[in-house]
Amino acid sequence: MSQQPILEIEKEIIEDFSLFDSWEDKYEYIIDLGKKLPALEEEYKIADNKIKGCQSTVWLAAAHEDGRVFFKADSDAVIVKGLVSMLIKVLSGHRPEEILEARLDFIREIGMMTHLAQTRSNGLLAMIKQMKNYAFAYQTIQGLEKK
Amino acid sequence: MTQIDSIALDLDLQAIRSQFPILSRTVNDKPLVYLDNAATSQKPQCVIDALSDYYGRYNANIHRGIHTLAEEATLAYEATRFAVQEFIGAASAEEIIFSRGTTEGINLVAYTWGRQHLKAGDEILISGMEHHSNIVPWQILCQEKNAVLKVIPVSEEGELSMENYNSLLTEKTKLVSIVQVSNALGTVNPVKEMIDAAHAVGAKVLVDGAQSAVHLDIDVQALDCDFFAFSGHKVYAPTGIGVLYGKKELLDSMPVFHGGGEMIKEVTFEETTYNDLPYKYEAGTPNIADTIALKTALDYIQNIGKAAIRKHENELLVYATAQLENIPGLRIIGKAKEKVSLVSFIVKGIHPQDIGILLDNLGIAVRTGHHCTQPLMKRFGIPGTVRASFALYNTKEEIDILIAGMHKSIKMLS
Repeated sequence: MSQQPILEIEKEIIEDFSLFDSWEDKYEYIIDLGKKLPALEEEYKIADNKIKGCQSTVWLAAAHEDGRVFFKADSDAVIVKGLVSMLIKVLSGHRPEEILEARLDFIREIGMMTHLAQTRSNGLLAMIKQMKNYAFAYQTIQGLEKK
Repeated sequence: MTQIDSIALDLDLQAIRSQFPILSRTVNDKPLVYLDNAATSQKPQCVIDALSDYYGRYNANIHRGIHTLAEEATLAYEATRFAVQEFIGAASAEEIIFSRGTTEGINLVAYTWGRQHLKAGDEILISGMEHHSNIVPWQILCQEKNAVLKVIPVSEEGELSMENYNSLLTEKTKLVSIVQVSNALGTVNPVKEMIDAAHAVGAKVLVDGAQSAVHLDIDVQALDCDFFAFSGHKVYAPTGIGVLYGKKELLDSMPVFHGGGEMIKEVTFEETTYNDLPYKYEAGTPNIADTIALKTALDYIQNIGKAAIRKHENELLVYATAQLENIPGLRIIGKAKEKVSLVSFIVKGIHPQDIGILLDNLGIAVRTGHHCTQPLMKRFGIPGTVRASFALYNTKEEIDILIAGMHKSIKMLS
């Protein structure tokens, strides 16, 4: 299975956003992404998968297959869910080392840094940290399996 | 809604707004509409000038300096204590302790009076609408002392019933710690009645005045509360300065809080004797500049007059409530008969955070989330609310902008 490099996916997102003339268009696109992201199955909406922010809640589940990490997520706030959808598009299906190296500059480039940084240390920033934690864990497992 | 005197008390809004420089800025290329006053109020130029004047003209440490600057700073600092005494009707300036804010004031009482007086099985009574700062210190204390924390339930309207309250008050109740005005609902609680009932069973009462001090006339002697805490930054003063009022006989008998600096009388390696009130509770170099600016803020409020401010804010509350109620799917959380100037609401099927994000893009600052009252949100079965809170400088036109912003946000999110 070939996977487009993370930087290329980020570049495409940045290009998509450069076409929007107004903030309304940008947010309508994110809201649409949020609405289109399939709801996470109830079995995954458990405390262990919950990234509880000061305002909205994000659920994140991860799986490891053929040396790659796959993510599924959901949120009770649709704008956050749209941003989560983009994070999944960028990071899911990649090898652990690629995920760990990803700088995710696109979030700043498309002007969503405030949503990333908000609500103290919780929310999206915590989600990215958790995605990288999963990648690190799977990388460690892979390393042990090779020994 | 709060009853307002019928006399004419109209504010010159244009003049008032011009005194707050921040109100002329833009946010996301739109004129700022600041409706997050329950979190913190904006500062008038006179308060900003007071800070600048202190640092530019007489910055010095206080109480022990022999030079002119130290004398000037000490006099200005202590003048604030007298201004606070007058602002809340305390019997003496010794009863005014400067703190970092309401939270520190409550913690001071928990760690001093609470540790001194509480024993296993004793009870502390709070309400279901308390801010975390008026929950957590008591939880910590109860865990330490094996005491019991009891909670007065909140009705669907967002009120406390005296019947429920009286049923929870027993001879085991040692302290009632109650918010005078809810930061999440706007409810004004009947604290005078509650204080009298608490005293009848021998309990002391702490009133959390974080939201009330800026709106209501406070008279701690008339209330007969034992402690009253509030924050400067919600009364148009800087952050980092607050007040704890306590009855003198209580403060005198309580153990010290922080050690060092101003709170000592004499120190030897064998023994330390402590200073008199109020310095007994003001260890270290205090927040001099912000304390001095607190007086300017209180003078500013007093010069305009709380009655006039309250009348204006009540008009905004009535207007905003009526306009918001016309929005389909919108539900106001907190419909108490006695409210001050904030409206908390949710919209069916839409997360409050999403609304807050879109309103911010329109230059409108509201607070969204649980407002540090998670148990209260749980009681209403909601993740949080959108909260619009008003101050003396807000206008009906700004509420119109909020309403238009709400319609736009709901349309985008639906």
